[in-house]
Amino acid sequence: MKKVSLKISHNNIIVLATLLLLFILYGSGAALYKGFFSMQVFLNLFIDNAYLIIVATGMAFVIIKGGIDLSVASVVALISMVSAALFQQGANAFVVIFAALLIGTLFGAGQGYLIQRFQLHPWIVTLAGMFLARGISFLISTESIVISNPTFVLLSQHKIYVWEKNFITISVLIALAVVIAAILIGRYSSFGRAVYAIGGSEKSAILMGLPVARTTITVYTLSGLFSAIGGIVFTFYMLSGYSLHLMGMEMDAIASCVIGGILLTGGFGYLIGPTLGVLCTGIIQTIIMFQGTLSSWWTKITIGFLLFLFMAFQRIIVMRKEKSALPASKNKPNFENKVVNL
Amino acid sequence: MASLAGLARNLSKQKIIWPILAIVVLFLFNLIVIPDFFRMEWKDGHLFGNLIDILKNGSPLIIIAIGMTLVIAKEGIDISVGSVLAISGALAVFMLNGYPLWVVVLAGIGAGLLCGLWNGMLVAILGIQPMVATLILLTIGRGIAQLITGGQVLTTSNKAFQFIGKGHLLGLPFPLFLAMGVFLIVYLFKTRTAFGLFLEAAGGNKTASSYAGIRPKVIFMTAYTITGICAGIAGIIISSNIASADANNAGLWIELDAILAVVIGGTSMRGGRFYLGGTIFGALFIQSLTTTIYSLGVEPSSILLVKAVVVIIVCLIQSDLFRQSFKLAKKKVAAS
Repeated sequence: MKKVSLKISHNNIIVLATLLLLFILYGSGAALYKGFFSMQVFLNLFIDNAYLIIVATGMAFVIIKGGIDLSVASVVALISMVSAALFQQGANAFVVIFAALLIGTLFGAGQGYLIQRFQLHPWIVTLAGMFLARGISFLISTESIVISNPTFVLLSQHKIYVWEKNFITISVLIALAVVIAAILIGRYSSFGRAVYAIGGSEKSAILMGLPVARTTITVYTLSGLFSAIGGIVFTFYMLSGYSLHLMGMEMDAIASCVIGGILLTGGFGYLIGPTLGVLCTGIIQTIIMFQGTLSSWWTKITIGFLLFLFMAFQRIIVMRKEKSALPASKNKPNFENKVVNL
Repeated sequence: MASLAGLARNLSKQKIIWPILAIVVLFLFNLIVIPDFFRMEWKDGHLFGNLIDILKNGSPLIIIAIGMTLVIAKEGIDISVGSVLAISGALAVFMLNGYPLWVVVLAGIGAGLLCGLWNGMLVAILGIQPMVATLILLTIGRGIAQLITGGQVLTTSNKAFQFIGKGHLLGLPFPLFLAMGVFLIVYLFKTRTAFGLFLEAAGGNKTASSYAGIRPKVIFMTAYTITGICAGIAGIIISSNIASADANNAGLWIELDAILAVVIGGTSMRGGRFYLGGTIFGALFIQSLTTTIYSLGVEPSSILLVKAVVVIIVCLIQSDLFRQSFKLAKKKVAAS
């Protein structure tokens, strides 16, 4: 972010609020619990959530474009399953990684094609994609398969020391690289600008001569690719393939995007947002872990509550924007803007 | 012959024909592959058999799908029904210790009503997109249900409560009568009151209907509240059928089945006209599909794969663009 965005405005207020929330959460955790304010606890946030950061960043592109991708969690599970099955057949680690990326990309491209070519609802298509990916991984095996490939174990357990004894894993580096790449794509490529434009108004984007069809398909392909990368990172983390991995994680990814200030109506949001959102939910989980007596379902309830707060916040900002944009038509009913289709 | 073709053409315009046709095709397949599929027995004063199972296990899905039809008719969606169902079931089983049955049932339905009101408020008053607004309850709902059950699977041995989900009336499973009751009430609501008309009007074109003096907000709130109540009823049936409350797994993914049932039933995701009858047959089709896969002895997990393929095919058939491209291809063939 450049100098200009240091000023608080409509554009960055949500991201700033997320940052503030992050500090408050981290600060209260550090104040309440001994040992919370350590470098390693902070780094663990990245280690434990690297896959979610990657997947949520992919989801952010889709949401900014004005769509949704519900298949991400199933694709991650499918990738873990496929890699485990390939290792059972004695495949090479790099072949497995290549196959995983290929599967994710093709899966995303297929969904994008159906959505764009036949104007189907992204909700329904990616829902079918979610069923399909889970179904395929069930077909491969319903049991959990352990991965013992030496390359994967090495990649998964290699520690990179950043400060004395505090370490991160290779997965964290991958996640950070993905986020930086996403920010660069979103800000400086013509594809990124087209995504924002289509999310703002698809009709205007068509009239402007932007390649709407190509961009739509690419967005879903990108989400599939990011899910595949997330799947590989998750496989590093778990070292097992299981068809029931990460049930319902697509909702976590969407929640992270919302908390990170991606506007669900599309067309707006910083790509650093999802990472901040993931860190927020990660800190809540850590606090509940440190607290010890609170049960795990409080995580769900707190995240849901945050989701509500940020959504209401988004609405208020959008409403104020609409008001300032349409001072003349104040008295006219304006229903088509109020409830956006899905 | 001409009149027959005309009849066929007229029939194909009726949306309800498609889900019925799908069921007929499925049953024909069963007739050939699993001859035992249609066998029914009279045992202990009630009927047994696969068809009865479909009706019994399909009842909660039918009830939820009816509610979902109203919401989808308003160009909305409610993905929280599974979680609402879990809350209502958990609350009902939890309250059975120490409260009479009617209080328990009312509490379950009341929980559904409150959840529906909450969703309606977010959508109608705050103006959040329906999918995202109901996402909140989807996330929180299972947490609340776990809070009620204390993270365990609660069980009950209350016979009167178990009758709701397991009992039989006139030889038929009791949930079926509940589903029929809900259908009748909503159907009368739709055809005999102004609300039904407003519901279709507001779903078809919000701006036009608001100029016509309909208040879309009230209609929206009502639609979501009815869906919540339906989910509450389904929650009681499911928890009573298995005589326990499972906060994690009760009604898992039922929202997807319900949406599928509505779409197969001919109601468009873009709002407007809705078809309650179509929804019922859509739900029955999904339940028949599930039962067929079970009785085929195929691994139950492959049901996801089958559903995925069915969803894509149904959506493609409903897509105008897909049919157009098909017609164009036909014309090209004819021209060459």
